[in-house]
Amino acid sequence: MSLKLRDLIRNVRACKTAADERAVISRECAAIRTALKEGAGPVRARNVAKMMYMHMLGYPTQFGQMECVTLITSDKYAEKRVGYLGLMVLLDERQEVLTLIENHLKKDLHDSNQYIQSLALTTIANISSDDMSHGVSADVLALLNSSNPYIKKKAALCALRVVRKLKAPDVIDMYLDALSESLLNERNHGVLITTVALVMEALQLKDGEKFLPQYRRLIPTAVRMLKNLVMSSYALEHDVNGVADPFLQVRLLQLLRVLGQGDPRSCDQMNDTLAQVATNTESTKNCGNAILYECVTTIIALDADPGLRVLAVNILGRFLVNRDNNIRYVALNTLTKVVGRDLQAVQRHKNTIVDCLKDVDVSIRRRALELIYTLVNSSNIRLLVPDLITYLGYASTDFKEDLATKICAVVERFAPNRQWHVDTLIRVLTLAGAYVPEAIGNRLLALITQSEPALQCYCVKVLWGVLAKSAPVAAAGTTTLEGSEEEAARYCRKETLLMVTLWVLGEYCDMLCDDAARGPSSVEETAQQPDWQQYKPLPIQVANLLSALLSSLYLTSTVARQHALTALLKLAG
Amino acid sequence: MTIHFVLCVNKQGQTRLAQYTTWMPVPERAALEGEVVRKCLQRRDNECSFVEHLTYKLVYRRYASLFFIVGVDNDENELAILEFIHAIVETFDKYFDNVCELDLMFNLEKAQFILEEMVANGCILETNKANILAPIELMDKIKK
Repeated sequence: MSLKLRDLIRNVRACKTAADERAVISRECAAIRTALKEGAGPVRARNVAKMMYMHMLGYPTQFGQMECVTLITSDKYAEKRVGYLGLMVLLDERQEVLTLIENHLKKDLHDSNQYIQSLALTTIANISSDDMSHGVSADVLALLNSSNPYIKKKAALCALRVVRKLKAPDVIDMYLDALSESLLNERNHGVLITTVALVMEALQLKDGEKFLPQYRRLIPTAVRMLKNLVMSSYALEHDVNGVADPFLQVRLLQLLRVLGQGDPRSCDQMNDTLAQVATNTESTKNCGNAILYECVTTIIALDADPGLRVLAVNILGRFLVNRDNNIRYVALNTLTKVVGRDLQAVQRHKNTIVDCLKDVDVSIRRRALELIYTLVNSSNIRLLVPDLITYLGYASTDFKEDLATKICAVVERFAPNRQWHVDTLIRVLTLAGAYVPEAIGNRLLALITQSEPALQCYCVKVLWGVLAKSAPVAAAGTTTLEGSEEEAARYCRKETLLMVTLWVLGEYCDMLCDDAARGPSSVEETAQQPDWQQYKPLPIQVANLLSALLSSLYLTSTVARQHALTALLKLAG
Repeated sequence: MTIHFVLCVNKQGQTRLAQYTTWMPVPERAALEGEVVRKCLQRRDNECSFVEHLTYKLVYRRYASLFFIVGVDNDENELAILEFIHAIVETFDKYFDNVCELDLMFNLEKAQFILEEMVANGCILETNKANILAPIELMDKIKK
């Protein structure tokens, strides 16, 4: 006696351990396999439903594919339904089983019952392969022109799949031609959403571009439809929280974006309505904000009227200070696109963006970082980079490497002078040394070698200072690395910093120990490391520290040891 | 512009409903679901509903003990997807009369049928509850 789906689910729920669950499932699989071999009729649908459940839980169910194919051919609607659902869940476009069902699909596409037609259409939309798309493209076109909205909207998504799969010019021509006059004459919102999606996708392909002028003639209709949706105050059947069909509004805005891109004349036609949408949409509810967001994205993508652009950036500014984190995330995301066109407008919100860097939410932090990276230029780099470096101190580890690399890249491009550049790199290395890639360490070394002696002296003293702070007792002259063990361990883990320090110590030790060596004269420049001048160790101290490091347990990398040995060698000479 | 998957997962990490646009092998799917659920469960209530994961952006919302998670492309309108998740939940609510996790568990095929009427090939198909539920209710009547 085969189990009903409910009973199987109940049994699985009753299992206390994973092994129990596996046992129940394998027992059921065996029962189903026997049933399949015996060709049980009435319980086929039940078996396929059970297989879908097991598939969702993560167990292999390849043996069930042929069952689905048999179910599709059944006369009973309920069995057909389960068969098609099973096909969509258990199969994918690469299976050969699909070729077996192509004929059945075509037969069902031409059935007189709309629900059976819709089953076939949904299946094609979800798992059609290249070959199958070829076979059914003409049938789908016929259904696209049907007057039944239920069929039409599904046919539109099938056509979308066909276009995506084949990308062939004749197919695109076929579909775009059929829709070019009647696209926006529909009243049914479901049909509108799907046909507009199809047209948008097709127009953005290379072969679809020639249809753009034809579809641009539809802009006035689209604009009027959007206006009606925005201005309608009575509740329609598609009302969501007081806003008339936000999904359709969003789709229409996307369509306007595709049609208007690169064409100033079309943009003029849209300006008024875009302004109307932006000002009249309620921003207290999430659906209103979704529409505003789409509107702002469209305004930015089209090279619209400057007045409109100001309006868009103002909306984004309002979003940025909203308490809802979702809205802030969305604002940060869109501002990244605005920066390319209008840097000044975004600079005004700099402080808010930097505040977002300290937010508890990791998604917002990441977006803020991306945005700041695009915002930085030579005039504001001195103000922004210290904030970034502070943030580096308490960022999460997977973020640190990304952040450190970005800071170094930005500093590389816009550093006002070498002194500041080297200083910042040293600070980054100190704070996040373990996560900084070696390339940056090498870059710092290259910079130091190319600098003037004053700067080299400064560098070596600063780096010695950092080393001395981490291993204070050793610096005083003993031969072992005592003092704070964890400090020393942590220091040694900062590979890149260690390499740079060792190399610099070897090269410029004479400057380090020489009283007469002078650093850079400008006081303001050295504000980051105020006490660098006090470091004047004796050569023997440096040698002791190096030998202590070499014999220490924490210095694990061989490359680091090589560097330390080389440094000692240079010291001796 | 595509919805890559729609998942409904409970707080213990068990998948209650899954619909994928692009096929992936079962072990990969299980790994993806585990990762995705872990990321969403870690978030606190006041954090935003969008998480970046590999090439997808996850838009999620918690309803009682269930997380509804939708994986989309990076250039999709996130707020609209959030509205769509709410539309899905409201449709389930209307069909099952005050839907709860058990309803979804024991009526998996019905839930899949409803989801199929709402999203196909990664695109939003229909959001009007009456239009979505009409064929399902008709099928129920025939079965009786």
